[in-house]
Amino acid sequence: MEAQLQQLKEEALQKIEASQNVKELNDVRVAYLGKKGPITDLLKGMGKLPAEERPKMGALVNVVREEVTEVLEARMALLQEQAIQAQLEKESIDVTLPGRPVKTGNHHPLTRVVEEIEDLFISMGYEIAEGPEVEKDYYNFEALNLPKGHPARDMQDSFYISEDILLRTHTSPVQARTMEAKEGKPIKIICPGKVYRRDNDDATHSHQFTQIEGLVIGENIRMSDLKGTLSVFAKKMFGEDREIRLRPSFFPFTEPSVEMDISCFKCGGSGCNVCKKTGWIEILGAGMVHPNVLEMAGYDSKKLSGFAFGMGPERIAMLKYGVEDIRHFYTNDVRFLSQFHRTEV
Amino acid sequence: MLVSTKWLAEYVNTQGLDPKDLGEKITRSGIEVDAVIDRSQGMTNVVVGHVKECVKHPEADKLNICQVDVGEETTQIICGAPNVAEGQKVIVARPGAVLPGGIKIKKAKLRGEESNGMICSLQELGIEGRLVPKAYAEGIYVLPETATPGESALPLLGLDDIILELGLTPNRSDALSMLGVAYEVGAILSEDMKYPEAMYTESNEKASDYLNLRVDAIEENPMYVAKVVKNVHIKESPLWLQHRLMAAGVRPHNNVVDITNYVLMEYGQPLHAFDYDRLETKELVIRLANEGEKIVTLDDQERTLKSNHLVITNGKEPVAIAGVMGGANSEVHDGTTTVVIESAYFAGGSVRQTSKDQNLRSDASARFEKGVDPKRVILAAERAASLLAELAGGEVLAGSVVVDELDKTPVEVVVSPDFINNRLGMKISLEDMTSILTRLKFDHQAANGYLYINAPTRRQDIKIPEDIVEEIARMYGYDEIPMTLPVEESKPGGLTSYQAKRRQVRAYLEGAGLYQAITYSLTSKEMSQKFALETAPVTELLMPMSEERSTLRQSLIPHLLDAVTYNTARQADTVALYEVGSVFLGETESGLPHEQEHLAAVIAGKWVDHSWQGEKKAVDFFVLKGIIEGLMELLGHSKELTFERAVVDGLHPGRTASIKLGGEEIGLIGQLHPSEQKVRDLKDTYVMELNLAKVLNKEVEALYYAPVSKFPSITRDIALVVDSEKAAGELQAIIQLSGGRLLKAVHLFDLYEGEKMEPGKKSVAFSLTYFDPERTLTDEEVVNAHNKVLKALAEQAGAELRG
Repeated sequence: MEAQLQQLKEEALQKIEASQNVKELNDVRVAYLGKKGPITDLLKGMGKLPAEERPKMGALVNVVREEVTEVLEARMALLQEQAIQAQLEKESIDVTLPGRPVKTGNHHPLTRVVEEIEDLFISMGYEIAEGPEVEKDYYNFEALNLPKGHPARDMQDSFYISEDILLRTHTSPVQARTMEAKEGKPIKIICPGKVYRRDNDDATHSHQFTQIEGLVIGENIRMSDLKGTLSVFAKKMFGEDREIRLRPSFFPFTEPSVEMDISCFKCGGSGCNVCKKTGWIEILGAGMVHPNVLEMAGYDSKKLSGFAFGMGPERIAMLKYGVEDIRHFYTNDVRFLSQFHRTEV
Repeated sequence: MLVSTKWLAEYVNTQGLDPKDLGEKITRSGIEVDAVIDRSQGMTNVVVGHVKECVKHPEADKLNICQVDVGEETTQIICGAPNVAEGQKVIVARPGAVLPGGIKIKKAKLRGEESNGMICSLQELGIEGRLVPKAYAEGIYVLPETATPGESALPLLGLDDIILELGLTPNRSDALSMLGVAYEVGAILSEDMKYPEAMYTESNEKASDYLNLRVDAIEENPMYVAKVVKNVHIKESPLWLQHRLMAAGVRPHNNVVDITNYVLMEYGQPLHAFDYDRLETKELVIRLANEGEKIVTLDDQERTLKSNHLVITNGKEPVAIAGVMGGANSEVHDGTTTVVIESAYFAGGSVRQTSKDQNLRSDASARFEKGVDPKRVILAAERAASLLAELAGGEVLAGSVVVDELDKTPVEVVVSPDFINNRLGMKISLEDMTSILTRLKFDHQAANGYLYINAPTRRQDIKIPEDIVEEIARMYGYDEIPMTLPVEESKPGGLTSYQAKRRQVRAYLEGAGLYQAITYSLTSKEMSQKFALETAPVTELLMPMSEERSTLRQSLIPHLLDAVTYNTARQADTVALYEVGSVFLGETESGLPHEQEHLAAVIAGKWVDHSWQGEKKAVDFFVLKGIIEGLMELLGHSKELTFERAVVDGLHPGRTASIKLGGEEIGLIGQLHPSEQKVRDLKDTYVMELNLAKVLNKEVEALYYAPVSKFPSITRDIALVVDSEKAAGELQAIIQLSGGRLLKAVHLFDLYEGEKMEPGKKSVAFSLTYFDPERTLTDEEVVNAHNKVLKALAEQAGAELRG
């Protein structure tokens, strides 16, 4: 019986060694250690042995069983580890293959510029005012100190709907409307919007374009306040190192009127193609609100004063992003639009 | 305005400043210098030559062989100009000379004959053809006999000069004259003025014996001065006068016409010269034209006048259109001996109207339109008389013939120094202010804490205290203004809720893959109402520039489709665009159209393209519908949102829906009609438009948190067999209504129409989620609720459970 046991052990160890995977090994386990296996049979058959041999034989069977079990467990651990390795190898991927694209669109570059300006002025306490694109002659011209017969309001330059109604030529009528609605109270607004002029479309002209204007009215608003405000704007939009300069100009709705240049953001003022070798770039027009404009809207120009400024987002976008033709903004070529996707700075 | 710096220096000391620096100073203090132009354009080796001999080239008919004395030698030059002749003093570019445009002059042989240089026309020296006197327009320029061979020709021609080109704003018409610019430069540099002289000996005869004057339209013509000059000799003007006119952009004609133009440039006062004898009547009557009256002007055009046009007549017929252009019938010609010089003040509005109606703008009309200086009307007439005496040998008759009812009182402006400093945010001293006013030559006085200023009549833009603020500021220097921010009650800025929501709508659509487009509001009348959600009478332009841009749009879709066509034609795989913009509907009470803000979107091409993993999908109706559903969820309206089959002209009749919120139509969605797609050469393209204003203005429930429950939900799936035409939305509505309070969600997860189904039937499968936030549901409760749903589906939609 002992010899039989020894043979079983040898057989089992051989089969364990020969097992190539978890399943085969499990079969071995069942075959030799299972309830119906030969070792269990041997234990069951111990009853036939003389009583004095039973303990010795029992111990022997247990030793064999433990030995076989130990070897099997070790083999099992090895095979499992190999199985995992094999699976990982099988599952490995080419990480350089392209990812599943997340397709998003983006703002039109003009909206990008307008929102940047809006947000800057909102942070300084301004509100955003909007108004109709089809306007009364009164708000577009008369309320802005451009009486009938003024040379700047030629029919040839504007899209008239009737004698008294036209497509607004600037966003200034929103200022006039806001002043009328505020009935003499202080104002701090930014007015963005579409405007229209009777121009042939070419690289630098567009019959439809965008404007953004600002208006502040209050007690003792000074020209120095205008200059300070414009300087904050220039630094925020074009970089902390920007300097501004004001040059005298003329607009019927402001007095004094100025144009603002900024030091060139490309060359810093030494002269390049962007600033046409002058070191300065013209950005916007501004001035102190003309007393006639205040009075027409019911403001006492002796007590209140104000400043206004206006600029073209097209021009700013063209300067900032190097766009050479204004028509790009209205062609909606996806190859153009999609370039304004990423963040700046 | 073109300002010769050499000419300018006659009236004001420019302190020897480099013209570039002078230009910068002028720009910074008020008048923009657009360009600084060097008339010499770097020319060298251009000298006076004397043609000693001129013979035809034996080999070439059109060429002449000239022997030219150029000072240091006499040399042979071949010249092709038709007007070259022996004895002439000419302009010679010697070998080595460089002419404008980089033309280099070298010794050459022309048809076997040596040529050592070139005899030049004015055009070859860089003068625009339109400015060259007619006599020399087709050939070389001939210098006066007094020119010395070998001397540089540039100073003789005024080409050793630098021009400042001024970009004048409409308020600064005072600078439309050399004197006006001199005043400005004098103020900037603190220099005094030197005025031109008007000195001549008067004849014994009186002008008033030669000419009668009457003004019948005093409002349009409050002042008229006429001087009569006898015995003038019409000839070429002296060279200095010709080149000054050319430098100012005026073509020289003859001495009389040139003198009127010269004084115009000098004083800014337009003058006109009539041939006295051709007037015939010894009379000038200024009146409004008769409607339909005709005149042939100096440019040989017959012009028909209107009754609001002012004319100068000889008492019978018009001889000039006042302030705009003279008549051919009274024009000065080579045989003229007696001239009448007109210097007048014509009202700006009248001249503007006439010049516009006649489509005729001149140097004269431009100045009258803006208002000439009343004080220079007589000064200019005297200056012209003096020059006629000097340069045309004329005899100036004593006195002038004058009508003068023009108010020449200067405008008084009273302003306090405090006002000026408060407006500027500065502390400029009274002394500095008065010193600036003195430099500007503004008559002023300081008293009782105020400045009393008489604005000079040449500066018609100075009327109110703010104008003085500007004058002080620009002369003091805008760089000196400090930088401050408005001091006021601090108030938060921000967007209105509408504006904030509109920004979120943009961000959402862009996150969903759409690019923002901006298209034109103006379109053709034909396209203006296409795809419109709502149509109303269209808004059309009075004077459109083209039919394509004549009418305001009532839908954003047509221009977005144009963008799809444009991009598709340029190989774009996917086009996904949206636009937020106004449409223009009918007319409101105020007379303006009703402007409504809309949102539109178009998608075409591939939607998902991740082919290597087998994901590839073209756009379809449900891509765009999903975007709208997501948008309404963002805006808190998903519960009210429904889609209903609809028919819209231009869209696919089976693939179009109207979009409703709470039963109210707010938009449309659909596929572009296949025949429209074919016309535009497009594949399947889907469009949608929403009345954004209505959506954003719609009230929305307050956002309130619902506790997150710890109890589980129970899901039951059902597959229903229904008639093929039965809309899924209808089934979903039945389920939602019949499911009771425990039914929390319904989700359509399968749709099958095909071989395994009975003809005319389809299978639709829903997943229903039951849930009670307070406790775990029992099977019985769920079965009860579920049975009600099944019953309702069977009764209301004839739906059977699929076996």
